[in-house]
Amino acid sequence: MAKLELQNLTKAYSQKIVPVKDLSLSVEDGEFLTLVGPSGCGKSTILRMIAGLDQPTEGRVLIGGKDVNPLAPGDRNIAMVFQSYALYPHMSVQQNIASGLKLRNLATGDIQKRVQDASRVLGLDPLLDRRPAKLSGGQRQRVALARALVRNPDVFLLDEPLSNLDALLREQVRADLKQIFEDQQSPVVYVTHDQTEAMTLSSKVAVLSDGYLQQLGSPNEIYKTPANRFVASFIGSPQMNIIPLERVNNAVLLGDSKVDLPTNLPAKSSVIMGIRPEHLRLPREGDHQIVQGNVFLVENLGMSDLISLRVHGDDNLTLRALLPSDATWSRENLKLALPPESIHWFDTETEARLN
Amino acid sequence: MTQDYIRQREKRTGWMLVIPAVLLLLLVYAFPILRAFWLGFFTENLSTNLQPEFSGLENYGRMVQDGRFWQSIGNTAIFTVFSLLFELILGLIIALALDQAFRGRGLVRTIAILPWALPTALIALAWRWIFNAEYGVWNDILVRLQIIGDPVNWLGDPNWAMVSVIAADVWKTTSFVAILLLAGLQSISQDLYEAHSIDGATPWQSFRQITLPLIAPQIVIAMLFRFAQAFGIFDLIQVMTGGGPGGATEMVSIYIYATVMRYLDFGYGAALVAVTFLILILVVALAGLGLKRLQANAE
Repeated sequence: MAKLELQNLTKAYSQKIVPVKDLSLSVEDGEFLTLVGPSGCGKSTILRMIAGLDQPTEGRVLIGGKDVNPLAPGDRNIAMVFQSYALYPHMSVQQNIASGLKLRNLATGDIQKRVQDASRVLGLDPLLDRRPAKLSGGQRQRVALARALVRNPDVFLLDEPLSNLDALLREQVRADLKQIFEDQQSPVVYVTHDQTEAMTLSSKVAVLSDGYLQQLGSPNEIYKTPANRFVASFIGSPQMNIIPLERVNNAVLLGDSKVDLPTNLPAKSSVIMGIRPEHLRLPREGDHQIVQGNVFLVENLGMSDLISLRVHGDDNLTLRALLPSDATWSRENLKLALPPESIHWFDTETEARLN
Repeated sequence: MTQDYIRQREKRTGWMLVIPAVLLLLLVYAFPILRAFWLGFFTENLSTNLQPEFSGLENYGRMVQDGRFWQSIGNTAIFTVFSLLFELILGLIIALALDQAFRGRGLVRTIAILPWALPTALIALAWRWIFNAEYGVWNDILVRLQIIGDPVNWLGDPNWAMVSVIAADVWKTTSFVAILLLAGLQSISQDLYEAHSIDGATPWQSFRQITLPLIAPQIVIAMLFRFAQAFGIFDLIQVMTGGGPGGATEMVSIYIYATVMRYLDFGYGAALVAVTFLILILVVALAGLGLKRLQANAE
């Protein structure tokens, strides 16, 4: 049981290559923190610094209040699941799971019991004598998890553990992961570039870009009040409509339609508007902010249609909207409502959230 | 068309494609080998009788009594065992060093294989001069460093001669072993070492529990190649010592060469070849078996 703290963590390989810049955050016992961001945002480097595989250029990693910077990876009592699983190919499943315990000289009986417990939880019992090469991707993944779980570590680190699985399996293992780690009392740090994993698994999400922490919050906060344009466009699928617009008095013009600005926005000549496709809807009575256009593309997603609309009055302006597949609408002159409470406003220069 | 028919047709095509190669191999490998075995049952010594006479196992009986043959086998065994041992240890150390990332690694790797790429006869000549009792650089260095007082006749002393040829062979072929082992090392994912270090392993534990088991196949392959080469070593010895002094470095191939080319005893020479050949095949087969088991283990 230990809290994980990162204090002003910076990693610089050279003056120009600085994958992590002044990162501070903490993960409590039982918290599930996901580091999410595009490739090269520094998320894996952060994980490696926590593990001790990389040394921070500046700043400290604390586990249970103790500075672990000077400690070797093996002395930090952490467990890590690698993207490649990193299973030892010449050892059986059983030996793979037990390796960390053996290296720590635990009693044989204790090792056996722990391996049994973990293999039961993960359904590995029939596979214990096999070698990794004889396992499917999902099975290897579970062995890697078991190897981490038996350790009872102070911190769990997972580096894109699902990215080598096919889509169907990924969803299933994702659910398994959630259940397994809900029972764990230790902090979990999970790295992914997949926002669905970030949203579904975490109690806390850290969105990273270009080495900087863009936003730290619950999945709900990240989704509902993205802190800036980057977070808004990165989180959510299909992607949020993001439209830079010129300001006309206290409103903006979206093609022929006028959209009112909230009253508390600073007085600037331009502004960025964001609205998620799932928040655009067919107009109901009382809707007064309505945009009109022609549909030029319909993508059937099963339970909804993703439609692309060219807005009347501005041929370069397109909006994407998710409409229920049972709704009826026409491709010409389709009207969509923009509920004011679902619109996000961002500063054109700083790209920070305004409302 | 049934599946069986297709398979049969493919089989036939396959045979037609490999038959030329098989014939060629039979002609250049199987025929000479069998011919040598056959010759081993004859007494055919050009200096005494020109016509071969069938003598059954007489040549093999003679071999059992032949002290010079046993000594050459012993020499070959000593040469092979120590050469391979040092080549393996040094090769592994060099491979581990070359596996690290450092500036100029490509250049160093290229330089490292140079000794192996040079012709053995030339290298043997160079080493003969290096170990030369009067003009050799090796004596010069040792005398200057005051490690020895008087020059040593390296190639003239039976024990030192063996040490010298082993040293020359190790110098020449360690790089070959190193390159083979390096290929094995590079196939090991860095993730394994990182996972192992997180598991709490020291570098030494990682070396024993990860590196060695995973490059075991490469070790066996390297040793197999080297065994075949060392057991049949000829050029290096012929140039450096000619098998001397007093037969102290006479390897089995040197003895065969002398038997056939100097004493013109073709029948006995053929019998010697047959026995040497069988020993080689036996060891290679055993190593091959071990390799197969290793590979089965890795799967």
